[in-house]
Amino acid sequence: MSQVNRLSQGGRIDRSRQLHFTFNGKPYVGYAGDTLASALLANGIDIVNRSFKYSRPRGIVAAGAEEPNAIVQLGSSEATQVPNVRATQQALYEGLTARSTNGWPNVQRDLMGMVGKLSGTFMPPGFYYKTFMAPASLWMTYEKYIRKSAGLGRSPTEPDPDSYDHINQHCDVLVIGAGPAGLAAAVTAARNGARVILCDEQEEMGGSLLDSRELIDDSPAVQWVDRVIDELAAMDNVTLLPRTTANGYHDHNFVTLHERCTEHLADSAPASGSRRQARSRMHRVRASQVVLATGAHERPLVYANNDVPGNLLAGAVSTYIRRYGVAPGQKLVLSATNDHAYRAALDWREAGREVVAIVDARANPQGDLVAKARTLGIPIITESAVIEAKGAERVSGARVAKIDATRFTVAGEVEELACDTIASSGGYSPVIHLSSHTGTRPTWRDDILGFVPGEVKGLTSVGGARGVYPLDDVIRDGIDGGRQATQAAGLDANAVTGLVPQVSAREDGAACALYQVPHLKPSMRAPKQFVDLQNDVTAAGIELATREGFESIEHVKRYTAMGFGTDQGKLGNINGMAIAARCLHRSIPEVGTTVFRPNYTPVTFGAIVGRHCRDLFDPERYTALHQWHVEQGAEFEDVGQWKRPWYFPRTVNGKKETLHEAVARECLAVRERVGILDASTLGKIDIQGADAREFLGRVYTNKWAKLAPGRVRYGLMCKDDGMLMDDGTTSCLGENHFLMTTTTGGAAGVMEWLELWHQTEWPELDVYFTSVTDHWATMTVTGPDARKLLAELTDIDLDKEQFKFMDWREGTVAGVPARVFRISFTGELAYEINVQANYAMHVWTALFKHGEKYDLTPYGTETMHVLRAEKGLIIVGQDTDGSVTPEDLGMQWAIGYDKPYSWIGKRALSRSDTRRTDRKQFVGLKPKDPKVVLEEGAQIVFDPNQSIPMSMVGHVTSSYYSPTLGHGFALAVVKGGHERMGETVYLPMVDGKVHEAEIVSPVFLDPKGERQNV
Amino acid sequence: MQRYSGFGLVKHALSHHENWQRQWRNPTPKKEYDVIIVGGGGHGLATAYYLAKEHGITNVAVIEKGWLGGGNTARNTTIVRSNYLWDEAAALYEHSMKLWEGLSQDLNYNVMFSQRGVLNLGHTLQDMRDIQRRVNANRLNGIDSQVLDAKGVQELVPIMDCSKGARYPVMGASWQPRAGVARHDAVAWGFARGADARGVDILQQTEVTGFKILDGRIVGVHTNRGDIGAKTVGCVAAGNSGVLAKMAGFNLPLESHPLQALVSEPLKPILDTVVMSNHVHGYISQSDKGDLVIGAGIDGYLGYGQRGSYSTVEHTLQAIVEMFPIFSRVRMNRQWGGIVDTCPDACPILSATPVKGLFFNCGWGTGGFKATPGSGHVFAASLAKGEMHPIAAPFSIDRFHTGALVDEHGAAGVAH
Repeated sequence: MSQVNRLSQGGRIDRSRQLHFTFNGKPYVGYAGDTLASALLANGIDIVNRSFKYSRPRGIVAAGAEEPNAIVQLGSSEATQVPNVRATQQALYEGLTARSTNGWPNVQRDLMGMVGKLSGTFMPPGFYYKTFMAPASLWMTYEKYIRKSAGLGRSPTEPDPDSYDHINQHCDVLVIGAGPAGLAAAVTAARNGARVILCDEQEEMGGSLLDSRELIDDSPAVQWVDRVIDELAAMDNVTLLPRTTANGYHDHNFVTLHERCTEHLADSAPASGSRRQARSRMHRVRASQVVLATGAHERPLVYANNDVPGNLLAGAVSTYIRRYGVAPGQKLVLSATNDHAYRAALDWREAGREVVAIVDARANPQGDLVAKARTLGIPIITESAVIEAKGAERVSGARVAKIDATRFTVAGEVEELACDTIASSGGYSPVIHLSSHTGTRPTWRDDILGFVPGEVKGLTSVGGARGVYPLDDVIRDGIDGGRQATQAAGLDANAVTGLVPQVSAREDGAACALYQVPHLKPSMRAPKQFVDLQNDVTAAGIELATREGFESIEHVKRYTAMGFGTDQGKLGNINGMAIAARCLHRSIPEVGTTVFRPNYTPVTFGAIVGRHCRDLFDPERYTALHQWHVEQGAEFEDVGQWKRPWYFPRTVNGKKETLHEAVARECLAVRERVGILDASTLGKIDIQGADAREFLGRVYTNKWAKLAPGRVRYGLMCKDDGMLMDDGTTSCLGENHFLMTTTTGGAAGVMEWLELWHQTEWPELDVYFTSVTDHWATMTVTGPDARKLLAELTDIDLDKEQFKFMDWREGTVAGVPARVFRISFTGELAYEINVQANYAMHVWTALFKHGEKYDLTPYGTETMHVLRAEKGLIIVGQDTDGSVTPEDLGMQWAIGYDKPYSWIGKRALSRSDTRRTDRKQFVGLKPKDPKVVLEEGAQIVFDPNQSIPMSMVGHVTSSYYSPTLGHGFALAVVKGGHERMGETVYLPMVDGKVHEAEIVSPVFLDPKGERQNV
Repeated sequence: MQRYSGFGLVKHALSHHENWQRQWRNPTPKKEYDVIIVGGGGHGLATAYYLAKEHGITNVAVIEKGWLGGGNTARNTTIVRSNYLWDEAAALYEHSMKLWEGLSQDLNYNVMFSQRGVLNLGHTLQDMRDIQRRVNANRLNGIDSQVLDAKGVQELVPIMDCSKGARYPVMGASWQPRAGVARHDAVAWGFARGADARGVDILQQTEVTGFKILDGRIVGVHTNRGDIGAKTVGCVAAGNSGVLAKMAGFNLPLESHPLQALVSEPLKPILDTVVMSNHVHGYISQSDKGDLVIGAGIDGYLGYGQRGSYSTVEHTLQAIVEMFPIFSRVRMNRQWGGIVDTCPDACPILSATPVKGLFFNCGWGTGGFKATPGSGHVFAASLAKGEMHPIAAPFSIDRFHTGALVDEHGAAGVAH
């Protein structure tokens, strides 16, 4: 199909490079340099989508980020689908595949459109709050259909093949927007030696100058653009980022810049050499100064049927003609309130098309562009506006009438002009979104009929972004702003002379305010006058909202959905606020704006995620022995970030052991011979300093004053509410030197906790903490044969009188310097061998070589859990949950009530609730049926026959089958449990069964601790 | 009150929607009220509604410094569930859940309470133990709650990565079918309309600047529109509760943090249930409009700005893409923040105070939305009687003295 609307010449496209693309399955051709939108217009595509609520046909309205209608689904394969791409911001590339996001069976003939036509009148704003309530049971059915008809594009259903980069940047001056103001600011700052980042969201830099009629230094403005960019590109202190949107402006001048690296090339990032490129890159910029040069968005006029395809922004018409060589129609009516909009008519005429009339809301427009239009003989109808567009799937005419804007009435006869395109301009709104992200409220200015950025520390606004519009003023403003920002960044800014280019000053007449064009009928009865095209919000809808008491602009927004679209109201918000203000008899600044939030334009999740996904989502931590475990076929458990061997299933007679079979074997090996555990993941904190001992006394509940070098002690750590937070052993390495161990999952938290108390509460204490978890590998050799095995490999005297339980010794193991701790988490004779991590594999394999004759058995965390539970030893986080005190655990022996200095949690332990005798207390449970292994997490009741809700008195915290005891057993917390030994409790389960269990001591094995003391 | 119905909608369409009444008035403050509610968010408006409806107390003002429903009611991720661990919390949230079921009809305002179910995922053995424990407790408390294994989760959410290849593979979940989401703004508006119709004055753009206290008893408030008398004052001001308490001369154990949320662009239906993961740390649902509604934890620092730091957004989306790799190419439309008032035990404060006649309802932290009707209901009963309703009683300020905390941290982590 030929490009019916393509002009024979002009535009910045490369006519030598044809690009093929498809839209809704049909093939089309465009040129390099086109956007998808310009290519669609060139090919005469009027309807690009169906609207969200009423399914009305919609065409392209704008040429940039403010486009509300042309939202398409992009992607040639399932994995590379991109929903909701704005066609005006998508560069055309060979093979581009796009579809409309709404419309069934297709966007031309849409059945929902019929529904929209018929039922639109029953769907005012908020209609869904007023219906679908009866019968209540049907809501979920109603909702199913509401959901089906909502939404724009669709998510891919396959994982993303692309990757995304992050980069952290710093600069003196970040300039956002590379139009005339931004370029002038950037080059000023750069010539003064500032480190500058200049970013611009478009395919090429230049902003409004890319389609400008104006001359700079007597040549077309784009030549100045090229000169400035060439100069900037040659400077080492400048980073140029085209196709890069400043999407969020955060506190302290932290700005995120989303650089779309490959979206203009393909729907999936192509390879560069042998490597795939990143699809996009997020620059996380900390800027000393930010220059906001984001320009302004044109406001459309709000008149009846202003959504019919063929209604465009005046500026967009100029952009399509001058930049893309596309005239999106034949016969134009321009409806305007300002001089600048006249460009559209002049450009249209110069493109060889007919301008039917310019309809100007002003009584007596005067200005250079107006004069030019008059000279060309274009009819200008004053004090008038297009009050209604005619046509269904394309504009076929414009109803024009004299209007009285102050009284909001039509003041004369209506004349219908035949045309296929209506361009409108209601003035310009500075792009203040980014400054609003910081929480700063913008200020209304009557002279420019727009909001300008409020004051933000470290931010300078220049040019259109602060309501400066004539080109010569804009460039001067950019230079001044660039200089200001450079100075504010602490640099000298006097180096620049002779920069100011010559721009012929243009006389513009004053604009007039017009936010909604009156119609013959009142808004509620007139054909729909759209304010927010994407969300189908009409002037009548806003009027209705105010009538119903929604008086805050935030209420209006939320009730009507105005500005909630993916364009965040760039096109419609000011008109909507002004309409609300008129209905409420208030001024626009009294009504105010809603708060703009990041993102300025939507950003792919992947770009925000960066590389922190898949394998790099959260690093996996491995011990020095990990490879050995893998080779042994261990099953792993995630504990914190660590991968710990859960159990080591063996294959017996070709059959792999189950968890329970493996654990039973591993348990018995430890109880009867010797087992070995990789305990390297336990947190280890090296604590030194003259006050180290004192510090330990304050953070642990028990006493540390007398722990001698060579000795080890178990400690409990509470939060200030008296609840246990961590436990572990701490060894005295020297008078002022200790090694603390923590739980695996709690290591980082404990380290932070110690630093918190030291830095904020007790800075006077001389103590230092170093995390040494990764420095040491820990191997626990435990079981009756542990001493015999270790003796073969160490020079340490293992005599039971010389090296007692809770001692530690230094020496060598398998020839490697080692610390050996005689502590036990199994209840058996046990040695924890610590060696430098990189020697661990040597020691481990040596132990196995010598251990073969003792049937040395590796065991994992599950066996460790069973063995410790048989001994009634707790696991913090499993047997405790932040609501358990040491006393609840029956561990009064580990509390130094009379320590001279207070300790964390002491006061809390004397509160009335912690003194209650019926607190949930730590006990053992012995199921009445020895075959039963209670469910961990099962709730406990005293009376199984009560009705729901039941009175629950505790729960099972740990539960296992013990191969040593030959029956199931559990640990639990039970109300007043310490005084209830021997009583029976009940556990009602989901399958209706009620288990019975006897409350017993949590120590099921060797209550006197003889086995570990041998 | 003009009743809403499908029939009414048709009738109004015939008159071009020109005869719809205001949903609430914009009244001038009276000199004195029986009860003043400070804070016109969901909880405050619900309190006023139930005071009028259930207790016949209609001489009530709701004083709101901004626009009604403009605080956390307007900014949350709308998740409603009641599967809390501890009896006290479960009773409160289940009370609320029962009110949610039927709220649209009660208010004659469709709050779009959508019981599409909530999954709380487990990724570690300890997660699964905690889930078993919570579900067992829920069951014996009469709350619908089930344990699902990974296969069951995958069946409910086929698009989620439940494979072993995930960094923290999904091991299972707790599943509450009655849980879901609601249209947050409509909740505030529905309660406002219902309260207004029963005579409650909703005073927007009215800021309380101090309390009038005589002999240890509240007698009114100072506002930017003059002094207003009251026998009873209930403060329901979320992130600003600490500020109000200070005005009244006491401190509350609250920290105000930014809590952020974000939405994608609207998409065709792809996710039917609410999915929450404490361990991977993110939660997600899809709204009726089609947006993916996403959140995670609070920003660590304290603040009163309704925005947070970018790194939290990054971490949140990393978690979402880890759970749903197919969403990598979906685009984030908007992010925003609210101010949440958090208590040390992640449970609210519903309490009398050292000032007689002055009550506080605050500290809901990150999970207050779901409690809106229940909180208003029991708080209204407490204000009406002058003593705390039995469901509210365990949430008294006294618990921070006695130590009788209701610590949901262990079970809830991400407490939404």
